[in-house]
Amino acid sequence: MITIVDYGLGNVQAFLNVYKRLNVDARAARTPAELRGAAKVLLPGVGAFDHAMERLDESGMRATLDDLVVRDKVPVLGVCVGMQMLARASEEGVRSGLGWIDGMVRRLDTLADGAPMQLPHMGWNDVVPAVNSPLFDQLESDARFYFLHSFYFECGNPEEVAAISSYGRNFSCAVSSGNIHGVQFHPEKSHHFGTRLLRNFAAL
Amino acid sequence: MHDGGLVKTRKFADGKYVGDPINAVKIFNEKESDELIVLDIDATVRGTEPDFKLIGRLAVECRMPLCYGGGVKTAEHAKRIVALGVEKVAISSAAVENPRLIGEMAQEVGSQSVVVVLDVKKRMLRGGYEVYTHNGRRGAGRSPVQVAIEAERRGAGEIVLNSIDNDGMMEGYDLALASQIRGVTRLPMTVLGGAGSLAHLGELIRTCGVVGAGAGSLFVFKGAYRAVLINYPSEMQKEELFRAALSQ
Repeated sequence: MITIVDYGLGNVQAFLNVYKRLNVDARAARTPAELRGAAKVLLPGVGAFDHAMERLDESGMRATLDDLVVRDKVPVLGVCVGMQMLARASEEGVRSGLGWIDGMVRRLDTLADGAPMQLPHMGWNDVVPAVNSPLFDQLESDARFYFLHSFYFECGNPEEVAAISSYGRNFSCAVSSGNIHGVQFHPEKSHHFGTRLLRNFAAL
Repeated sequence: MHDGGLVKTRKFADGKYVGDPINAVKIFNEKESDELIVLDIDATVRGTEPDFKLIGRLAVECRMPLCYGGGVKTAEHAKRIVALGVEKVAISSAAVENPRLIGEMAQEVGSQSVVVVLDVKKRMLRGGYEVYTHNGRRGAGRSPVQVAIEAERRGAGEIVLNSIDNDGMMEGYDLALASQIRGVTRLPMTVLGGAGSLAHLGELIRTCGVVGAGAGSLFVFKGAYRAVLINYPSEMQKEELFRAALSQ
């Protein structure tokens, strides 16, 4: 059973649809009571970092989420801004992140060596997984995913980078630290590549 | 979309029914298309709001990026549509009549999600091109070059260039028009109108370089009698096409 944190941001129903097609039980949680006891948690997110953190706080689910992930070690997958929220903080805003993985969210254009790249980074892009990353199990070597973002997660520990992509320069587009995972791209919008990744998360 | 169904036009008229929109999205999911653009051609001419309920259903079903256009008149509309899980919102008549809206939308949902659609017809006597709105019925009195430059200046994230003359004819894109607009804007651009074969997509890419090659008829019809059959090139076909087009 996958529980999707529904705090008002992100296409919750699109994830539910993917899991329905995969015959994996999934449901949305809008209150702490609905979140409690979750076996696996998916944290979506779009828009600005501070706005997402505020909405999560307002939902009342943050403490329950902390208990599940930090104390009970329940697997969690952050998607897009949901991934960025795993970090300590973001250059985009002033609020603290969840701080579950050591890292900072940085603006992409600081990446470019030469001419600045157009932001946001939007479109299909190749993704190169780290060796043995369970999220990317059985994904083809030409796997591509859909991206739409201007900020990226800079890992504090290089060994927690689960995949890289390239836009001007390489950046980490997936992180894994124990039970905590995040992907910058949109698996729910990335055809069978994304479906495979969501299935892999369900199988962790 | 027209009357709740999906239609494909010729020169913006003669709409042929090609099926239920949700069902078409499901088929394009299976075909793994790169992106879908869904345009409601009733909303602006009837003066109605976007059908948010239907847009929500499309967004939920769509396993690829989705662009919606039709009847979008305010930044608030755009915000609601993006909140439904749509990646991009397209405007055409509103961009011409109220260009400020482009900036207001960009403020609200970000430039990356603001698409300006230029429906373009050849001028009969004076030559050159003119932008049309309201499904090709109303001349805007401005050239696509002017509108494209203004769209970029005001914060649009993408241009969709649609040739009314070539729409549904399946005889190839208007390459002169495409390269003209490619030359005046740095924005990502998707070209529509006229594709009847994969070779036509190749021609466009050869002419414009990095460009979105869009098609309606090509992907929904089969054969000379326009029998409805949704189809889409495989990943291998596409790669072959790009390689051939860019190596020449």
